[in-house]
Amino acid sequence: MHPLRKQRLQLVILLVASAALVIGLVIYMLRENGNFFYTPAQIISGEAPQNTFLRAGGMVVDASVLRSEDSLWVQFKITDGVEMLTIEHTGILPDLFAEGEAAIASGKVDENLVLQATQILAKHDEKYTPPEVADAMNEAYKQKEAAKTGSYK
Amino acid sequence: MIAEYGHMALIVALCLSIAQAIVPMAGSFAGYRTWMRLGHSLAIGQLVFVAISFACLTAAFVQDDFSLQYVANNSNTLLPTQFKISAVWGAHEGSLLLWALILAVWSAAVALFSNHLPLVLSSRVLSILGAISVGFGLFILLTSNPFARILPFSPTEGGDLNPLLQDFGLIVHPPMLYMGYVGFSVAFAFAVAALIGGQFDSAWARWARPWINSAWVFLTIGITLGSWWAYYELGWGGWWFWDPVENASLMPWLVGTALVHSISVTEKRGAFRSWTLLLAILAFSLSLLGTFLVRSGVLTSVHAFANDPERGIFILAFLGLVVGSSLLLFALRGPVVQQHRAAADAVSYSGLSREMMLLLNNVLLVSAMAMILIGTLYPLIADVLDLGKISVGPPYFNFFFVPMTLGLMVAMGFAVFSRWKKTDAQLLRQKGMVPFLISLSAALILPLFLADSISWASYSITAVITLGASFWVLTMSLEDLWQKLDRGSSKASSKLKNIGKLPGSYWGMQCAHIGIAVCALGVGLSSVYDVQKDVRMVPGDRVAVAGYEFSFDSLDYVQGPNFGASRGQISAYKNERLVAVLYPEKRKYEARNQVMTEAALDAGLTRDLYVSLGEPLKGDAWAIRLHVKPFVRCIWLGGLMIGLGGLLSVMDKRYRRRKPSTQSSSQSSSQSSAQLKAQADATVAAAQ
Repeated sequence: MHPLRKQRLQLVILLVASAALVIGLVIYMLRENGNFFYTPAQIISGEAPQNTFLRAGGMVVDASVLRSEDSLWVQFKITDGVEMLTIEHTGILPDLFAEGEAAIASGKVDENLVLQATQILAKHDEKYTPPEVADAMNEAYKQKEAAKTGSYK
Repeated sequence: MIAEYGHMALIVALCLSIAQAIVPMAGSFAGYRTWMRLGHSLAIGQLVFVAISFACLTAAFVQDDFSLQYVANNSNTLLPTQFKISAVWGAHEGSLLLWALILAVWSAAVALFSNHLPLVLSSRVLSILGAISVGFGLFILLTSNPFARILPFSPTEGGDLNPLLQDFGLIVHPPMLYMGYVGFSVAFAFAVAALIGGQFDSAWARWARPWINSAWVFLTIGITLGSWWAYYELGWGGWWFWDPVENASLMPWLVGTALVHSISVTEKRGAFRSWTLLLAILAFSLSLLGTFLVRSGVLTSVHAFANDPERGIFILAFLGLVVGSSLLLFALRGPVVQQHRAAADAVSYSGLSREMMLLLNNVLLVSAMAMILIGTLYPLIADVLDLGKISVGPPYFNFFFVPMTLGLMVAMGFAVFSRWKKTDAQLLRQKGMVPFLISLSAALILPLFLADSISWASYSITAVITLGASFWVLTMSLEDLWQKLDRGSSKASSKLKNIGKLPGSYWGMQCAHIGIAVCALGVGLSSVYDVQKDVRMVPGDRVAVAGYEFSFDSLDYVQGPNFGASRGQISAYKNERLVAVLYPEKRKYEARNQVMTEAALDAGLTRDLYVSLGEPLKGDAWAIRLHVKPFVRCIWLGGLMIGLGGLLSVMDKRYRRRKPSTQSSSQSSSQSSAQLKAQADATVAAAQ
């Protein structure tokens, strides 16, 4: 082979190999660090993986917030209108966290199907509902309606 | 009536910008000089009318004209006046008007300071800027009119500005950031004009460079201010979240940084021509992409207030038009630019040269941008393709960004010493020896003293790497400076004389590079040695955090202009000596019924004490977050130094010359031969 061509071929092989390596790494990192969103119903039904970092969202159930007397441990339930998911967290809750409002928790689901959250997010202002939560609530509502009409038949 | 005047002024400005887009461009092809010159007056006229429109909206805010939808949504009679003014750009419609105003400012600046440019070039640049303002003018008037009225039943009280935005940070951060974003439109216009004309040489680079550098300075300062604002205003002590909106500003910055470096090669050596053009197009495209991400409501974050698909589609179409047409032009005309390069036959450089170093810089910066782009858009793409709702977390971004930054810093140390065309490897080894030893020993020894206790457990490898990289950049830069001053004789008086002789761009480079080192030091050390404690406290409690003792003295209720607040008094002691008294607040804004954490901090160069009130627990108890953040100030100090470096470079005497010079402008002997060469290129290219 012509030496110049050989040099070019080597360069091309090097470029392709490094590009493949980088793309592989990006895909791997995206998989590792991409957190999926699940609704309470999906988690209770076991559809969501356990001990994997994920996010869950819904409305905070009224009168479900329990606090510890002497630490920052807190427990509450969220719902998508179908199922209720228990969430436990140690730390400070965000400013706009309130019962009856939307919240998103990220963390891992343990074997009792309780989400051990490392972070709680609430909406940014009083008019805003996170789109994931809104979608999940709508979906759940539709399914409920469908189930109702089904049962009348 | 004021609002109607504002609306009309905006329509007049749109008409002027349509004329500005068409007339000078047509004139440049037909060769009518009067038509070409018209662009200058049109740009200034457009600025006048957009400014009138902006002033009208501001007046509506100050006068509490709640019959305007936009004012009613974002202001309140109780809002302090300075926030009424900054509320003008506090939400979607007004921030677009600010965009348009800043674009008009840049266009007018080009019109005023381009007397030394060939008329064909300056008229085309203005015409392209005019076309961009047509796009934004239409966008504002058709989809986001800030002057829309609520009639006949207008509210008597407004909904108030989002409390997060009622802050000094909002007064300065968006205008700075937009000056940067929109400033890249000038770089873009220069690039497109060069492609249309097929004239792209060292002279072009010298004309475009101050504009690119100034835009980059504004963007740097804007991002720094944004990070500082997030740190103290969001209340939880973070300064960068890899939030899509932050990424949207970082991506044009990274490409802009690559552009600032690559255009120096184009100016001095006539190389990297097509690449520089592509970067200029890319920087502005990413600015537009940022606007799309923030303003279309496709993202869910603090900044995305709007949720209106019509707007999103308009910006997306505009983005597609700008990127598509400019890349098409690049594909068609790029070879012409390359031919010039072949004719000039200037550029050859070896594997170890300043060109190669700057190429490495560009590759790393653009790859970093690409990683961030993928991480930012992946959730959107996954959502569209129905792959599930995914969010990409900070580990992804850190995994790619941190090693790339370290690589950049290692290269940066060598790059300062490298020469154009070819650098002797022996020379680099020789120069690098002392800085390497200093950095190595600093990196190994300093972490012992920075940790609380001298033990292996608290010895941090991250700190070693951070210190090593930062000291490397610092010592290499200082060694180069020392040698530059040493030229001639080693007497102290001649050194002082040499200080004035070094060009502004050299000081700019030094300042910006050392700024990077300072910033990296802040990022690394604050993340390693940051200590954070969430505790439950009742008044009278004392808690120890990282050598400090925090005592919760008391809790009061205070009334602000448009909020009520619980205010804690927390005293910080070190070795039983009072260091600071902090007053964190938990505010409740009446109009929106929104709760806000107002952190209190005691700032210092080596450490910040940062206290915020979490939430009330049973009885008198509160959840309180206590932070000790060593060296966190260095992050923003470094950012400001980077911006200052860019400013020094803009003010370089070389760019203030009125006429396109053909004589050599030699600053330092090491560069003069390269410059002569570049001048020769310019002459050859111009002659063709």
